[in-house]
Amino acid sequence: MSAASAASAASINWAAIDADPRFQKLHHKKVSFLLGLMIFSVAYYFLLPIGAAYFPQLFGIRVWGPINVGLLFALSEFIVAWAIAFYYSRRANREFDAMARELIADAEKIGS
Amino acid sequence: MNKRHALYLAAGALALPLVAMPALAQGAVASEWRWLTFTVFAAIIGVTMFVTYLAAKRVKSVADFYTAGGGVSGLQNGWAIAGDYLSAASFLGIAGLISLYGYDGFMYSVGWLVAYITVLLVIAEPCRNIGKYTLADILAYRNDPKKVRVVGAISVITVSTFYLTAQMVGGGVLVKTLIGIDYEISVIAVGILMLGYVLFGGMVATTWVQIIKAVLLVTASILLVMFVWLPYGFSLPAFLQAAIGDTKVQAQVATLLGDASKNMTAAELGQRFLEPGLLFKAPIDQISLGMALVFGTAGLPHILMRFFTVPTAQEARKSVIWAMAIIGGFYVLTLFLGLGAAMHVGAANIRAVDAGGNMAAPLLAQFVGGGGDSFLGNLFLAFVAAVAFATIVAVVAGLVLAAASAMAHDLYVGVIRGEHVTPQEQVKAARIATVIVGAMAIAIGIAAKGQNVAHLVALAFAVAASANFPCVLLTLYWKRCNTGGIMAGMVVGTLTAIGLVLVSPNMTYPKAIKAAAQKVVEGAPARAAALNEAKSSGDAAKVAKAENDLRALDAGVAKARDDLKRLENDNTSLVGLEKPLFELKNPGLISIPLGFLAVILGSLLYRDRRAEEMWDELYVRQNTGILAARAQAH
Repeated sequence: MSAASAASAASINWAAIDADPRFQKLHHKKVSFLLGLMIFSVAYYFLLPIGAAYFPQLFGIRVWGPINVGLLFALSEFIVAWAIAFYYSRRANREFDAMARELIADAEKIGS
Repeated sequence: MNKRHALYLAAGALALPLVAMPALAQGAVASEWRWLTFTVFAAIIGVTMFVTYLAAKRVKSVADFYTAGGGVSGLQNGWAIAGDYLSAASFLGIAGLISLYGYDGFMYSVGWLVAYITVLLVIAEPCRNIGKYTLADILAYRNDPKKVRVVGAISVITVSTFYLTAQMVGGGVLVKTLIGIDYEISVIAVGILMLGYVLFGGMVATTWVQIIKAVLLVTASILLVMFVWLPYGFSLPAFLQAAIGDTKVQAQVATLLGDASKNMTAAELGQRFLEPGLLFKAPIDQISLGMALVFGTAGLPHILMRFFTVPTAQEARKSVIWAMAIIGGFYVLTLFLGLGAAMHVGAANIRAVDAGGNMAAPLLAQFVGGGGDSFLGNLFLAFVAAVAFATIVAVVAGLVLAAASAMAHDLYVGVIRGEHVTPQEQVKAARIATVIVGAMAIAIGIAAKGQNVAHLVALAFAVAASANFPCVLLTLYWKRCNTGGIMAGMVVGTLTAIGLVLVSPNMTYPKAIKAAAQKVVEGAPARAAALNEAKSSGDAAKVAKAENDLRALDAGVAKARDDLKRLENDNTSLVGLEKPLFELKNPGLISIPLGFLAVILGSLLYRDRRAEEMWDELYVRQNTGILAARAQAH
């Protein structure tokens, strides 16, 4: 840590880290994972206003007492949002952080 | 003393609609209970002031002032984000919408939570890894610092000012409706209190004020929901069944549907409350607003700024997870608050105090405690009113800090002084900017009295989604993005969002208002005749309803005459239009893609070697956090 704390942006070979296979692996994993989750969450969210506007009959079908499809769907938006957050943080905590830590530890060695 | 008493009474009376209805005595805080509200207010202000006093000792450097020295934990920051985000509009507004419109109100709340997925996945951690104090710091990392700081700061100040205006005006109206304090006095009180927190305690005090407010808000909501839900053994179907079986709820649906409800049974009317379509009639507008929320939150400067207060990307991640749990949980609670208010207080009584439904939660609190004549009922109301007040102050403090940092750190230190500033000068500049923004907030709040500012929050989200979000996202993730793109994106995103609103149906169109007023005046005699006939029908319920409707008709005609007279020589809107050029109330659907397009085209047409050379550094740092955690270790 003592040697590392003297580091500055200038003393690190960023291009070399970018080209490092470990960084490339992190980058590819993260980008595809985030893009997929982002598209899914946005699409799932917009199903709600679209469904409410164009499929009111479907939303009105009663499932459990007065609880209808629309209400369940709106509640599911909360569950799905929380699930995405949980899923992302688990993957980031277990996988991405470990990969990043390796790169941080070697930051000054790579490409020098 | 007598005179002042009379003044308070007069102000209190003004807060209530002039129609004399017995229910109104319970409307806002009754004058004999006002001392209770002030006591609770004083307690909350006392606690937050004490926290500010402690915080002030810890605020020494400019980093302390803007970001609490990066020493906030993920859990604390999660609560602070919730406190920063849950404005009075979401606390009182969404509960109110649910109480008046049922399902649509609840559906409206969903987008405010989903927005945090964008923040979590693509914004929070990279911003923590490469950012320092402001949104423009992120843009300046690999672009021409002076140029992007100017456009970035202008956009931040624009977004914050729109949001701030809505909060100040909404807060003033709210405090007046709740306890009858004069509008101007409450605006000044909010402004000075907030200035006290920010000026002396910087981000440390602001963070704690936001945490305290969020804890109070969540506690109050949980308590209320316990009271409302307990009688049904915490069964969701039983609670919903009771809500839709209530005659007040059924009557509200009948009122909303008008003639369409004629052949519906009471049970059908009640069930209809849980189905979509009572409030939102234009799906495209809904989708447009949804886009502004989902992409705009990630571009809100006061939310972005919160991620600079935590030490690492991991803590930033943790803070969004906490914020999502708190914010989402809170919106689920509002379903119960709204439906509880709909059945216990009733839409008619809620609307009598505030047409937008903002008083649903406070009135529910009063009911739950035992009603307007009981000590407990008034204590609950006082507590909720004080929480609403704390809510406004906490949100305003975050906004002022964001705007002040853009002014002092980006414009003054970065652009005017070219970064050649001593640490002492930086702290001084930050404090001076805070006073300027705070004074501006008070002045705008007073100047905008009586204006309809509700759409300004949506506009703030639209500008953030159309200008800030594309710029931040693309500078973080797109190699080719550069200074030209940022400049173009900020300018095009901001101007199209504002421009489209200026020509949208949100503005006031005198011709349309006059035509509607004319129709009311002309139709009045026929309607009055029909109601008078119903009055003589003998059926007690029908007579009561007809009398109510007649009173409403009289009020409507008076207002229509007033409108006709007021707008006599006025034919065009603020920008000189007779009717809207653009049909959407929310510009996001058009302005967000345009913002992205502007960043892309601007980048492609502009050559910027530095932006490309710095790409490796920025991209590696935003993904790994190299140097970020270490900077904190010093």
